[in-house]
Amino acid sequence: MSKFDVINSYAPRIDCPDKATGKAIFTDDLSKPGMLYGAMLQSPHAHAKILSIDTSKAKALEGVKAVITSKETGSVKYGVSPARYDETMFATDKVRYVGDEIAAVAATSLEIALNAVALIQVEYEVLPAVLTVEDAMKEGAPQLHEAFTNNLCAEVHQEFGNVEEGFKQCDIIKTTTMKNKRQDGAFIEMQACIAEYDRRGTLTLTTSTQVPHYVQRTVAMVLGMDVGKVRVIKPYVGAGFGIKAAANHQELACCFLARMLKKPVKMNYTREQVFMYGRARHQFSHTITTGAKKDGTLVALKHECYLDGGAYTSFGIATVYYTGSLLAGPYKLPNMSYDGYRVYNNKPACGAQRGHGAVIARAVFEQQMDMIAEEIGMDPLELRIKNMMNTGDTTCNDLNMSSFGMSECIEAVRDGSGWDKKKGNMPKGKGIGMACGFFVSGAGFPIYRSDTFHGTVIVKLTEDGGTALVYTASAEIGQGSDTAFAMIVGEALGIPLENVRLASGDTDMGVDLGAYSSRQTLMTGHAAKEAGEHAKQQVLEVLAEQLDTPLEDMDIKNGCIEFKNQTPDFSALRTRYIKEHRGWTDNPESEKLTFKEASRIAFLEKGSIVGTGKYRPHWLGGKFKGAAVGTSPAYGCSAQVAEVTVDMETGQITIDNIVDAHDCGKAINRNSVEGQMQGSISMGIGETMHEEVIFNDKGQVLNSDLAEYKIVTAMDMPPVKAIVVESDEPNGPYGAKEVGEGAIMPTIPAILNAVYDATGVRMNELPLTPERVYTAIQAYKERSNA
Amino acid sequence: MKKIVTLTINKEHYEVAVEPNRTLADLLRYDLGLTGTKKGCDTGDCGACTVVLDGDVVNSCLVLALQADNTTIETIEGLSNEDGLHPLQEAFVEKGAIQCGFCTPGMIMSAKNLLDKNGNPSDTEIREGLSGNLCRCTGYTKIFEAVSSQCSDNQGGSNE
Repeated sequence: MSKFDVINSYAPRIDCPDKATGKAIFTDDLSKPGMLYGAMLQSPHAHAKILSIDTSKAKALEGVKAVITSKETGSVKYGVSPARYDETMFATDKVRYVGDEIAAVAATSLEIALNAVALIQVEYEVLPAVLTVEDAMKEGAPQLHEAFTNNLCAEVHQEFGNVEEGFKQCDIIKTTTMKNKRQDGAFIEMQACIAEYDRRGTLTLTTSTQVPHYVQRTVAMVLGMDVGKVRVIKPYVGAGFGIKAAANHQELACCFLARMLKKPVKMNYTREQVFMYGRARHQFSHTITTGAKKDGTLVALKHECYLDGGAYTSFGIATVYYTGSLLAGPYKLPNMSYDGYRVYNNKPACGAQRGHGAVIARAVFEQQMDMIAEEIGMDPLELRIKNMMNTGDTTCNDLNMSSFGMSECIEAVRDGSGWDKKKGNMPKGKGIGMACGFFVSGAGFPIYRSDTFHGTVIVKLTEDGGTALVYTASAEIGQGSDTAFAMIVGEALGIPLENVRLASGDTDMGVDLGAYSSRQTLMTGHAAKEAGEHAKQQVLEVLAEQLDTPLEDMDIKNGCIEFKNQTPDFSALRTRYIKEHRGWTDNPESEKLTFKEASRIAFLEKGSIVGTGKYRPHWLGGKFKGAAVGTSPAYGCSAQVAEVTVDMETGQITIDNIVDAHDCGKAINRNSVEGQMQGSISMGIGETMHEEVIFNDKGQVLNSDLAEYKIVTAMDMPPVKAIVVESDEPNGPYGAKEVGEGAIMPTIPAILNAVYDATGVRMNELPLTPERVYTAIQAYKERSNA
Repeated sequence: MKKIVTLTINKEHYEVAVEPNRTLADLLRYDLGLTGTKKGCDTGDCGACTVVLDGDVVNSCLVLALQADNTTIETIEGLSNEDGLHPLQEAFVEKGAIQCGFCTPGMIMSAKNLLDKNGNPSDTEIREGLSGNLCRCTGYTKIFEAVSSQCSDNQGGSNE
């Protein structure tokens, strides 16, 4: 039995009746009176100098209201990390990838706008392009950005402990290499936006984003406006997975056009443009060496990684740090070194995607755990238990596991999958594998340096007393955050969920850094809890005065006032309330004094009751360079077991089932926790099995659609058992922490370990296409026969 | 030049002038304000624009409005009424089958059409019936549970 009344239950989400009936409004569902349509000209070349741009023909087309290039917009540099602002709204001197934005048009219809784009004449001097990490790093290779020689966008060199000394103590040392392929977010709603500019100088951008706050700041900076004159509204969003976690060119161009023309402008990416914009998971090439003692104790890890960054930095600085820092757990590992290099080339920029920076490193390392276990004759599950971190442990790079239900997760998947019976006893062509992982519950620091609160929440009680209104600038993008915060406020105030209404995703409602790094449940959750408690405090203060009862002897639960000792005579308050409500049908009949009565009385005494809440993490992390990336108030962790069948003749893999256990702290809404676990697994399966953005030698995306970029369909998804493991996170609101990204960490290596179990073959390249698996099986057979 | 099409949508009669290149999806969304039908690709790959046309599911982004002349169309807006949500919609809400909700209208239309034609589909038939509707959020698991709960064998809560 849960000790909570609202949270920690399985609640239908508050946004879903509208979503089920088609009433939920997404950006492209909106239109404004007098609205114009925008379209962009993007580079057809991977690398070229712009010699001239002639917009005269486009401007002359009937229905065209404006054509803008960098000449009109200027060239304010922006990006994600202030340390690497390397983008401009439009290309100035040269273009760096197929899709680099050059100009935008606003016209009375989309058709006219597209025709006008085709009439813009650009003279290019085509430059040699580099499309791979290897080519980009060659001596004499074409350079993308003058300021970054050798196309090196960022490099990281870290050592914790002493890796060389550590390896000297090791009995087993394993070195493997592995690479994945560039991903696409493949959210179903393509980016869309509408910008409006009123005659008092306020710009309102309605957009499909995960981060209204950062978009607001970027728009203000690039357009040279006060932040307070820019309002960003996020309607419902058809998911983002990290790709929508920064301002895009379309949003900036749309805002510029709307301000210039004083008319609403709408712009949409096509699916092809979603692929050209990119910003999803990097391609990583890892070389990892892990050393252990013969009893299985992990001692040292040496890690080198090259990130295929694309033409701009985007989230890349954070990515290259995360790639290293998130290998320091969930196992005790005293010595770790990391050399990471993010390399520019003439492809769309990569950025952050679910499990930011860390999933492929995890896939390599978790396979090495199995290799070590095999060599010393230990069950791979036992090896993990032996090395696992516990609550209170700190990694060699200063990540503190303030709660850590890793052992509970491992035991849950052991039982849930029948591991002990199955491991070592699978028939030919079938295999079972497991892996673990962990992830941050929110980045410890904002993307820009600031002491800002990471989240603020306002709770206003309606003046009639019946309802709590929650205002938060946080971003519901499908994960269920609106419901979670409504539940938290209900819990904090002591009222049922149906009496809480919530509005979110609007920068006018406060500061919230948005939906990225799995931060909202913990961070916005704290602010929501504090705001609910603040409102409750004010109601109870009035009651204390009115009933002459000490405040600490009262509480609100399930919509009623609870008195610890004797219930005072509240008939005068009730009479006053009923008089206020003469003729209404909802007069209180409860024997208890209701929240409704109490909050109405509070209004009559004090005016509108408004509770406020805020959250900013305590100082986190070490003093070394890059310590800010990876630090978090809390870490979620998970374990998964996958079972596969491999056709040894064709290389075709079928995933038979996956059992997943995730420690999310105290679950706010189990419904959403399970949903995040199942969705993470689906994305992890896609990346393991078939997802790959493919380029030709001209740097064009060959599969820029959802037919040829293959995400998991209803036919592919195996049965998944999602087991919610709960711990009590001291730094989380009601003990809650993340689930949205940690749950993807073990998926890829669990499948890879199962494939090895089935075939005896270690795969070092993703995705696991039948061709790749078949070739590896054949090579293995030849080696075995030789 | 625009042409007139006549069609019945959610039991309402419509006569609309459309350009010959107007798709049914755009007609529904931008001319008639039936924005419950979503567009996720405009190339027939994602299924977000799924509607039922004369009893069969179609990707409305691949149907020209002119081709829909004299047809009967059901969209997501036609499923719920003043009495409440359709039981299948209720099941999607109750089972947690909705996250971002962008694929949901198309997914529900495919599931509804599947159940209309076969009141008791097997697990495999449910998967096949939804295979044209991509969902990136849920991993489909709860969607299968929602649809399965509406099979005639599972009605009445005995199989919950």
